[in-house]
Amino acid sequence: MKIGILAVQGDFEAHRKTIERLGAETAFVKTAPDLETLDALVLPGGESTTQLQFLNDEGLFAPIVERGGKTLPIFGTCAGAILLAREVKNPPQASLGLVDMTMVRNAYGPQIESCVTQAVTTLSDRPVEMVFIRAPVIERVGPAVEVLARRDDKPILVRQGRILAATFHPELTGDVTIHSFFLKLVRDVR
Amino acid sequence: MAEELTFSTDPQWRVKVGLAEMLKGGVIMDVTNADQARIAEKSGACAVMALERVPADIRKEGGVARMASPKIIREIQAAVTIPVMAKARIGHFAEAQVLEALAVDFIDESEVLTPADEENHIWKHSFRIPFVCGARNLGEALRRIAEGAAMIRTKGEAGSGNIVEAVRHMRAIVGEMKRLTLLGEEELIGASKQLGAPLDLVRWVARNGKLPVPNFSAGGVATPADAALVMQLGAEAVFVGSGVFKSSDPDRRARAIVKATTHARDPKAVLEASEELGEAMKGLDIRQLDEKELLQTRGW
Repeated sequence: MKIGILAVQGDFEAHRKTIERLGAETAFVKTAPDLETLDALVLPGGESTTQLQFLNDEGLFAPIVERGGKTLPIFGTCAGAILLAREVKNPPQASLGLVDMTMVRNAYGPQIESCVTQAVTTLSDRPVEMVFIRAPVIERVGPAVEVLARRDDKPILVRQGRILAATFHPELTGDVTIHSFFLKLVRDVR
Repeated sequence: MAEELTFSTDPQWRVKVGLAEMLKGGVIMDVTNADQARIAEKSGACAVMALERVPADIRKEGGVARMASPKIIREIQAAVTIPVMAKARIGHFAEAQVLEALAVDFIDESEVLTPADEENHIWKHSFRIPFVCGARNLGEALRRIAEGAAMIRTKGEAGSGNIVEAVRHMRAIVGEMKRLTLLGEEELIGASKQLGAPLDLVRWVARNGKLPVPNFSAGGVATPADAALVMQLGAEAVFVGSGVFKSSDPDRRARAIVKATTHARDPKAVLEASEELGEAMKGLDIRQLDEKELLQTRGW
């Protein structure tokens, strides 16, 4: 099982470590041909404007939309979740449109509002540690989207079929609950 | 990952280092007004540094270089959605307090500005905003981390357009870290004394072979190949100061440096980024500068 990680900008290295700890093989994705042999794709945290620019420049945007729309499992965290949304606000920007949700960027404010907190998810009984960094808010989810965790009543971890999106950074904690769940999704698809 | 975070489990520390993690693989550009900030964001910069004069102009014009005016910082914050950093003078904790009140995303305690304290740096643990500090060697980097810096960058020689000092500093930091990994437990106390750095940090580096915070490069990047060079030497992201807006075509040069940073190990991509760029900033031969003209010797 080979998990690709978009490695143009952001905390792709943290995702690599977490996934390898769980025993899966990883590969960094920087160009369109890198996508070909993957069983799944991770879109890491970082700056969504920077990442978006690279998806366009490297011709990655269309192939991710195409494969994500068919069978490829995808997991996006923070900026990666913004890229997955159908609609992005504050300000509006292009996105892959693979999850039927509306995202508001930097919705909690600047870095001074960033925090580490805990919340219960539907994935386990224990609360999961969550790192929010200049995080977005999911303002709306469509009927096909399952909400797996909330913070202040707003969805923060959602799933649409084999696509998973978190507004926080599970890759920056020692807790592997959410990555384990994603790898299970990938195995189920295979 | 867990092991890496054990240097400190303090939530505030982790949130600070977390933002630094998000900037990896990217380019942070110096900007002096909202228009430049928009150009930087459009070219794919992952953050901007708001300041009144770029280092090349500070060098040329002389005088005391201070924190940028709140007006400039506010205009830049309003113009972009990417993180906005700003510089405070070394040791000037009151400037840093003002920057925190402005809610900038990152503070650079920078040798580019005229130092306010020649003995002490800012105690950065008492701020909620993360700090980046410059370093020329491992001891200096670890002293800054001990004070609470969440990101280290090489000092290089700001405003020179000459990469030689950034290379020297990156090689020094990486080389000293490699050396620590070869030492036995009993040798680390001596190493700590020699580096002038706290033992817990020295031990952490000896075990992990890297800094406990992201390690970026700054001070002299002027071309895409410069960015590719420092990235291959171990930088995790690049600061570009005067290199973009002192060149003949800032928009194109900004994009090119962003591209070369991401694809640092792909010479074809760096070649593409290097074509038809116009004139780079002229630059200075460091060996022709007097010791007192160097910015890198500020701080310790």
